[in-house]
Amino acid sequence: MNPFQYTRSSATGAAIQSLVKDPQAYLLAGGTNLIDLMKMGVVKPERLVDINQLPMKVVEKTVRGLRIGALVTNSELADHPLVLQDYPLLSLAINAGASPQLRNMATVGGNMMQRTRCGYFVDTAMPCNKREPGSGCGALGGYNRMHALFGASEHCIAVNPSDMCVAMVALDAVVHVKGPKGERVIPFGGFHRLPGDHAEKDNTLERTELITGVELPAAAAAFKGHVHYLKVRDRSSYAFALVSVAVALEMDGTMIKAARLAMGGVAHKPWRLHTVEEFLKGKTASDEVFAQAAKLAMQGAKAYQYNKFKLTLAPNAILLALQTATA
Amino acid sequence: MKKDTIGDPMNRVDGRLKVTGGATYSGEYKITGLTYGVLVSATITSGTVLSVDTKAAERALGVLAVITPFNAPKVPGFQPGAAKPVRGLKLFNDDQVHFNGQPIALVVAETFERATYAAGLVKATYKAVPFETDFRKNFDKGVVPNEGRYKDYVRGQADAYRNAAVVVEEDYMLPSEMHNPMELHVTTAFWDGDDKVTLYTKSQGVIGSQRAIAGAFGLNLANVQINSRFVGGAFGSSLRTWPHEIAAVQAAKLVKRPVKLTLTREQMFTLVGYRPLTIQKIGLGAAADGKLVGITHESHSQTAVYEEFTENAVNVSRFLYASPNANTRYKVVPLNVGVPAPMRGPGEATGSFALESALDELSYKLKLDPIELRLRNYTYRDPERDLPWSSKFLKECYEQGAQRIGWDKRPAAPGTLRDGEWLVGYGIGCGAFGAYRSKTSAKIKLLPDGTVNIQSATSDIGPGTATAMTLIAADTLGMPSEKITFELGNSSFPVAPTQGGSQTCSSVGSAVHDACLALMQKLNTLAGLAADSTAPIDYGGILQKLGLPVLELTHDSQAGDEAKNYSMYSFSAHFAQVYVHPLTGVVKVKRLVAVVDGGKIVNHKTAGSQMIGGAVGGLGMVLTEEAVFDDRYGRYVNGNLADYHVPVNADVPDIEAIFIDKPDPIINPVGSKGLGEISLIGVAAAVANAVYNATGKRIRELPITPDKVLLA
Repeated sequence: MNPFQYTRSSATGAAIQSLVKDPQAYLLAGGTNLIDLMKMGVVKPERLVDINQLPMKVVEKTVRGLRIGALVTNSELADHPLVLQDYPLLSLAINAGASPQLRNMATVGGNMMQRTRCGYFVDTAMPCNKREPGSGCGALGGYNRMHALFGASEHCIAVNPSDMCVAMVALDAVVHVKGPKGERVIPFGGFHRLPGDHAEKDNTLERTELITGVELPAAAAAFKGHVHYLKVRDRSSYAFALVSVAVALEMDGTMIKAARLAMGGVAHKPWRLHTVEEFLKGKTASDEVFAQAAKLAMQGAKAYQYNKFKLTLAPNAILLALQTATA
Repeated sequence: MKKDTIGDPMNRVDGRLKVTGGATYSGEYKITGLTYGVLVSATITSGTVLSVDTKAAERALGVLAVITPFNAPKVPGFQPGAAKPVRGLKLFNDDQVHFNGQPIALVVAETFERATYAAGLVKATYKAVPFETDFRKNFDKGVVPNEGRYKDYVRGQADAYRNAAVVVEEDYMLPSEMHNPMELHVTTAFWDGDDKVTLYTKSQGVIGSQRAIAGAFGLNLANVQINSRFVGGAFGSSLRTWPHEIAAVQAAKLVKRPVKLTLTREQMFTLVGYRPLTIQKIGLGAAADGKLVGITHESHSQTAVYEEFTENAVNVSRFLYASPNANTRYKVVPLNVGVPAPMRGPGEATGSFALESALDELSYKLKLDPIELRLRNYTYRDPERDLPWSSKFLKECYEQGAQRIGWDKRPAAPGTLRDGEWLVGYGIGCGAFGAYRSKTSAKIKLLPDGTVNIQSATSDIGPGTATAMTLIAADTLGMPSEKITFELGNSSFPVAPTQGGSQTCSSVGSAVHDACLALMQKLNTLAGLAADSTAPIDYGGILQKLGLPVLELTHDSQAGDEAKNYSMYSFSAHFAQVYVHPLTGVVKVKRLVAVVDGGKIVNHKTAGSQMIGGAVGGLGMVLTEEAVFDDRYGRYVNGNLADYHVPVNADVPDIEAIFIDKPDPIINPVGSKGLGEISLIGVAAAVANAVYNATGKRIRELPITPDKVLLA
């Protein structure tokens, strides 16, 4: 680990200013990912700005929906009465991630900013365009069992590791960010990006901006009756998704009034399934319809040497998640 | 007076210390002037270190020394013609790199953080040469090791299975598996003058460590003190003295201060051994009645180019089942990898997975219950050595296990039993492991207050050695266990074997038992009674009456000719009930029942825990654990505990351990055969066979992850 300066910010403006002043500064919240990466030499910040004292720890009802502060911990959010009541999908997704100890430390903003767990990204002795642009993608011709089916590029086939974000994108969350020029909002689906020619960029946040919170729209509460988060993994806890599926349905009897679906473990970003949602709208729930939906979800999927099983697992998982959500 | 008896469920004597933080592990000793060593690892896989630029590191704050192949003080045991040459990698002795991750420098600094930072400033240049790490590609380069027990074995006719009425011939693959104990490997070393050194090191055998360090540095045994009182798991990874331990001693000599060298988790993937990647071919041939005609077992495992590692992968096929014809072949494939090491159930766990899977396959071809098939080929004598068993209650293991797991619910046709959306199946896997007894010495000391202290240089890597020894002493002496203390993990204590090969209870237990008897005889004599009087002994009272401040004796205990006249093994039968999801391929083990013939059980409580621990290790082997190599770079791509999956609590089902608990009349005075290995051997096959029973899918490559089930 490199020597670094450590400062604490107690005001949002001051935290932004330290990002403006020092191009090597990183924000530190729960630290569950950043500290590991520093120990491994994957990132070498010259300054850590501890933002844990910033006033972003509230979950509150607003006219638009539910506003969640960026520093709310994953555990607090998963257990929050308003989340359990109106957005149970989010609670399921969060609790499927990491371990209780990690969820107690990790924050909402930190969860969104976590880096990929690709084995080539975390080993500084192997090539990785995300860690070292231009060095090549180790995973492309290597061990790519955990890697993407959708939206990858020749520069990077890594996946976003978050569970929480899969539910957030399915529920049409909005990200509130603040920078030197003021505040702006980013739809959750536009927050993370595909690798393209710039694998080093995980998201569309400017370097001098920080996430202040996430807002769940009131309308998304309409889906609370029929939700499921299915995470298929190599062991029962503390493992990243081989594939995960977030399903939220608004039902009228057996008729699907509206559907929200997203997948994890298949792309560089949480993978929203808009086409499938359109297909399911107005259909009567049945295994046959679900199977068609699952097939539709796989359009454009591209597998590599070790992740071909995901072409079978992903549609199976969609089918099972839809069955469970409507059971 | 309360009497503690062998077999009682006794709490761990050091349990409170362990759960309250009172147990001091090797990396936790507060030593004045302590410095910290951090290793720098090579990033090429084969070749030569041309230069190591240490200037920036040496200038960094708090750095005391940077040791490289170009400036390392000579280690006497590394030199040609050394009296006791060090086996394996001779770290920093030359400029050759044999595997990726091999240390090429050691930074010593005032703090761990400063040493770690400076390690990152060390820059090496290399001349890399082509390397081989791809096991399958190099499969044909396998060689038969020189040592006798690894040579080809033929009984009757080789490959006789081929001509049988019913034949199974399949390959089974086990990937490399890491020991991954929770405690990192750590050594603290400091010198007293030029010829005395003390180590606090993670060791399964302090006497072995003492001999290794004395040999490496040309010291008298008495001048090497090894302490390893508490060990946070080892599973075989601390059976030997590793290069980094010698490097810590070397560094301490150079900086003339105590040095603590801790490996990182990532370094533990390459520097302290692993269960080697192994591909086995099993050929089984049976008559229509299920009687085996021939068994062939061939195995290829990976080893290092710089040191040969061998284990008993094929030996189980020579004796576990009756067959007039049996042949085994064992080969090792040298690669540019770190050297493997024995890992719990070494060899046998690997071999048993293949043999017991093949036997299961045969049972379906014969349309015979797998237990019935085993009974039809039961060995009442060891067919390999043509000797009687010292004891064998495997049949009883089958019976009790079948009853506990509910074997009668097992569907004869695979893939036909469901519980909701899950497929349900049952499986059995058996194991055997040699029951050994090594020469051991124990010192017993009685004080006038009636308390007893016993010392022996054994270890406790988790089974509860001190607890079991206390119980043996209490039972033998006929006194409450509270009056007895047992000390271990110190090389100045009387000689005991390394804790490996499931022999501690047998070896050290016998020494404790015999030392207690010797003490009792001496007391009887002092009291004017016949030495073998069975009258109750007033332990403290005799000393008080005679005015003796202490009565102390050291007793050696060893086996006679038993092993020449009998074949001695522990046996186990593991039973699994699994649920498999047809859409996701996820396997959930719902229940495990382990039935063990391990001879007399000394402490039912810790023995039960030991069985559960071994079963969890078996679960990892069969379902989750795999160290994945990228052969383009010669590096692991999952060298950490997040991506190398050991089972978590949520993976571990209800595990039931059942003991036959019949003393072996031959092996030793306690009648205990051993549990450490047998607790794991057979678990993988039991689960894999249950997966087949549930799904009709035979997975022959471990671990059985969802992808394999889905695509099978």
